[in-house]
Amino acid sequence: MPTIWFCIVAVMVAVYVVLDGFDLGAGVLHLFVARTDEERRKIIRAIGPVWDGNEVWLLSAGGTLYFAFPQLYASGFSGFYLPLMMVLWLLMLRAIGIEFRTHLESNVWKSFFDVVFSVSSLLLAIFFGAALGNVIRGVPLAEDRYFFEPLWTNWRVGAHPGILDWYTVMCGVIAAVTLTAHGAFYVATKTDGDLNARCRKTAAILWPVQLLLTLVSLIATVWIRPELLTNYKTYPVGWLIPALVVATLIGMFVFRSKGNDKAAFVSSALYITVMLVGAVFAMYPTVLPASTNRDWSLTIQNASAPHYGLTVGLVWWAIGMVFTVGYFVFVYRMFRGKVSLEHGSDHGY
Amino acid sequence: MDSALLVHRLHFAFTVTFHYLFPMLTMGLAPLIVALKTMALWKKDEAYARAARFWAKIFGINFVMGVVTGIPMEFQFGTNWSHFSRFAGGVIGQTLGMEGMFAFFLESSFLGLFLYGEKRLSPKLHWLSAFMVFFGSWLSGYFIVCTDAWMQHPMGYFTSADGSVALSSFWSLVLNPWAVWQYAHNMCGAAICGAFVMCAVGAYYLLSREHVEQGKIFVKVGIVSGLLFSALVMGPTGDKQGRLVTEYQPATLAAMEALWETQPGAPLVIIGQPNTDEQKIDNPIYVPKMLSFLTYRRWNAEVKGLNSFPKENWPQNIELLYFSYHIMVGLGTIFLGIMVLCGLLWWRGALWNARWMQWILLLAFPLPYIANTAGWMTAEIGRQPWLVYGLLRTAQGYSKNVSAGNGWFTLLGFMGMYTLLAILFIFLVHREIAHGPEEPPAPVKPLAPTQKQVPVEVH
Repeated sequence: MPTIWFCIVAVMVAVYVVLDGFDLGAGVLHLFVARTDEERRKIIRAIGPVWDGNEVWLLSAGGTLYFAFPQLYASGFSGFYLPLMMVLWLLMLRAIGIEFRTHLESNVWKSFFDVVFSVSSLLLAIFFGAALGNVIRGVPLAEDRYFFEPLWTNWRVGAHPGILDWYTVMCGVIAAVTLTAHGAFYVATKTDGDLNARCRKTAAILWPVQLLLTLVSLIATVWIRPELLTNYKTYPVGWLIPALVVATLIGMFVFRSKGNDKAAFVSSALYITVMLVGAVFAMYPTVLPASTNRDWSLTIQNASAPHYGLTVGLVWWAIGMVFTVGYFVFVYRMFRGKVSLEHGSDHGY
Repeated sequence: MDSALLVHRLHFAFTVTFHYLFPMLTMGLAPLIVALKTMALWKKDEAYARAARFWAKIFGINFVMGVVTGIPMEFQFGTNWSHFSRFAGGVIGQTLGMEGMFAFFLESSFLGLFLYGEKRLSPKLHWLSAFMVFFGSWLSGYFIVCTDAWMQHPMGYFTSADGSVALSSFWSLVLNPWAVWQYAHNMCGAAICGAFVMCAVGAYYLLSREHVEQGKIFVKVGIVSGLLFSALVMGPTGDKQGRLVTEYQPATLAAMEALWETQPGAPLVIIGQPNTDEQKIDNPIYVPKMLSFLTYRRWNAEVKGLNSFPKENWPQNIELLYFSYHIMVGLGTIFLGIMVLCGLLWWRGALWNARWMQWILLLAFPLPYIANTAGWMTAEIGRQPWLVYGLLRTAQGYSKNVSAGNGWFTLLGFMGMYTLLAILFIFLVHREIAHGPEEPPAPVKPLAPTQKQVPVEVH
């Protein structure tokens, strides 16, 4: 039962990264690829009706984590206290940036919220990457299963690292590059003309960086935590994952070159998914490794809620998920196609 | 009090109090907007559709504020109250998880359709999206109240070997009688907030002789729902809630009423300042035997005073609890008074000329915010010194690994951030109100001579 919930939480996190990833990426691009107010409104309109729903996946993944693995939620959230609070502030700034930008026909007002929106999107992408880096690298859990990580210590990957060290900073950079490219593919599918061309060009510039960083990160990860290869050695089917990573990277390149924005976006979504699956596959059954003493790591067994609650949860979770998928299909269908500013009399965005 | 404990309590108290200012209006306005849209469809009257469109704009701003300030709440269980989360996650993780799965997805999906989709959807589908936003926000409220109700009156759990609690009965958790009554009472409070805000904006337009037709609609809809919910908030919901407290949290009841000595025929204090040193009420005005009657339905029933409970189980801040409770009840009485008066004037046909009454409606809108906040303070301060009543003390629940310094850092950060948000909110809502609802197309309805001509604005 804990394994099922481990997979469920992992899937919810992956869906979150793929969905909110493109609107975070669009946010990063907002200042750079969109030059005029009209283009910026197009970007906001491309994500406007969906970003809030995308972000709910983070909240729901958090809620599900709380319910299925209370110990992990308690240890992780209090240990990552400072960065989580900063993520909260960034999420707030970003939300008001998107929602309140168009409330006033003033250039000063709009410019201010453009910068708020774009900078908070970039920082969030970096923070999320660094967070993943922390979870892979391990945190200084004590015997009582709690820890508190300062923002930085000596920038090295030791027994008492900070939130930021060279490894997690690298993860942050990869996340920022990956999500920016992901956002570029998304905005390309939703727009045409100059904006579309600039998005494709951005993705073209980012692709070699992404390729290089992927290789560097895989090597670095195995170097700092060689035991992550154990599951791959035990279950060789896992080697399909790196193969798929390569395949999706090629897909991004080929489809972009052919001008097939949708297929390139899907490749990017698959790339993100496969990278996350690779990390999760390597970590199982650990959910939060201890950098201090491996025996103090949190695993799906010692962090999960008791059986009855998990069984009941499976019932309501499945029902809720059916509804959720329904809503998402409906909303994305309602707002499908390229955005235009034709419906100028629609209030908002 | 331990300085880390203090800052973690302040952290939660500040963020949750600020947060709830917005959902109470969201949950209060949502059914009124559905009512306006229903009237528009049913009576085929474009005026109601314009009213709904106007309120949708304020609703949208308010909703964003609620979402933005709500995200930290879900995180804070883990960040600031990790020992509590570890202890109770096996139970309340259920309700919080369900809120995400059932309410958040629903709200966020339909909100976009409701706010931006009127031109893309048929009128009926747009009505449905308004209804779903209403339904989602009220569902969300239930899961939160259910979580709090479990902390007030734990049910359906067992204690595991490691000392934490785990779920033993799903239905006892979600159908906890405390949750049902607290929810009903709370939603009446939210609906009153929506009603008074709608009345106040309507009264403002009537007093300033602008958008008079819309102003009348707002006041009418506000009075109907205000009258209904001001009555319901007292009985049965408030009364029932009070009797649950009497039965399950007798020490809390004694502190709410500042009753030190156990006595038969206990009086109900209307006004007066609790004096904890001398264990009495200064300058009291009271109704003899009323407390006994309200709690036990017998004039001479014995009501337990604080002195019959061990002092370590008394709520720590008796004075604040006493005042929160009395402010809530006092304002609740005033709400009913205002609404009955408005109802009478309307019935006699005098409301539209009674400018003094319109002034009262305009100035009354902050009161439901105060009453709802005071009500929640009564519930939460009244539960002290327990975090989960009878099971876990507040002093045991906070994150011992997060120092007071880090707590203050983020608390001050939130205070700064929320100041900014409050300014933005007031600015944007003020703009919408100053802008006003769309006027009807000029040739169809000639404007009254006193009314200023406002061009039809499209945006």
